[in-house]
Amino acid sequence: MKKGGKGTPAISTASLPDIIFMLLFFFMVTTTMREATLLVKITPPQATEVQKLEKKSLVDYIYIGPPLKKALGTDSRIQLNDQFATDIKDIREFIELGRSQRDEAERQLITTSLKVNKDTKMGIVTDVKQELREVGAFKINYSTAKKLDTQK
Amino acid sequence: MARPVNEINAGSMADIAFLLLIFFLVTTTMDTDTGITRKLPPPPPEDMEDIKVKERNIFKVLVNKNDRLLVNGEPGDIRFLRQEAKEFLANKNLRNGAVPDDRPEKKEVDIPLLGGTVWISKGIISLKNDRGTSYDMYIQVQNELAAAIRELRDEMSQNFFGMKFSQLTDEEKIKSIQKAIPVAISEAEPEDIGGN
Repeated sequence: MKKGGKGTPAISTASLPDIIFMLLFFFMVTTTMREATLLVKITPPQATEVQKLEKKSLVDYIYIGPPLKKALGTDSRIQLNDQFATDIKDIREFIELGRSQRDEAERQLITTSLKVNKDTKMGIVTDVKQELREVGAFKINYSTAKKLDTQK
Repeated sequence: MARPVNEINAGSMADIAFLLLIFFLVTTTMDTDTGITRKLPPPPPEDMEDIKVKERNIFKVLVNKNDRLLVNGEPGDIRFLRQEAKEFLANKNLRNGAVPDDRPEKKEVDIPLLGGTVWISKGIISLKNDRGTSYDMYIQVQNELAAAIRELRDEMSQNFFGMKFSQLTDEEKIKSIQKAIPVAISEAEPEDIGGN
């Protein structure tokens, strides 16, 4: 480069942090957006034989547990997205919606993750499973926390 | 008058922001959900007849509303379930189809990586629970059964490929082991086996 004269001025890097910050905020926001606000209390059971859920974008969540608001009683209820399911049949709509948001090719790979409170009775879980079978959402995952295998 | 103060160099701001960005990228993917993955069977067709499975091929696990176990007709304990399930599903000799009368039958399957035609167990674990069973207990039972299968797979994998099943990377090898020891857990159509 020629010295003196006009020489190209250095490009200001002052705005670079801002660009990076924008990226940062973008990731922060999108990563927390996926999960719904919990309306039910969920303490997952513990298990040793857990697998990681791959491809979070292909997972739909169904929450089952007692409502956080005491006024709604202590019976376990089903939460789909941000609201309670009023009827077990709502699951059909929920699954269809989940399918319509994915590409044709990926629909077979959708996993339904059941996040169920450990004190919930199996009755309601069985109902949900039956409904999932009807709709054809066969891949399910019982969400559990990892327990360290101590005594064995 | 003195010159105006030099501007602070903002060049490193980008690095700081990058660090933050990477930190969030890593931490947000780290808390992956974990759980026990299962495949539900398709709903039975209306006119389906009951499939008859021989008594000796079934390992029955019942869980009642008090979270008590009934294993093959006898009161069971969750601590021994893994061992019992393992013994039931175990398949000592892949080359031989002959089994004692009290063991589940075997069938022939072709798995090239395990040396051609092998005999695999026809044993099925039948799991049945009450509507009043707690989810926690259900998961514990599922967990023990999954552990039994995992341990058997590990043993077989160790024998044939010299490493644990979870350490296998070759897709073909994984498929072979899965074929030789399938997740043979069948859940009964729900019904009330003891009032809520």
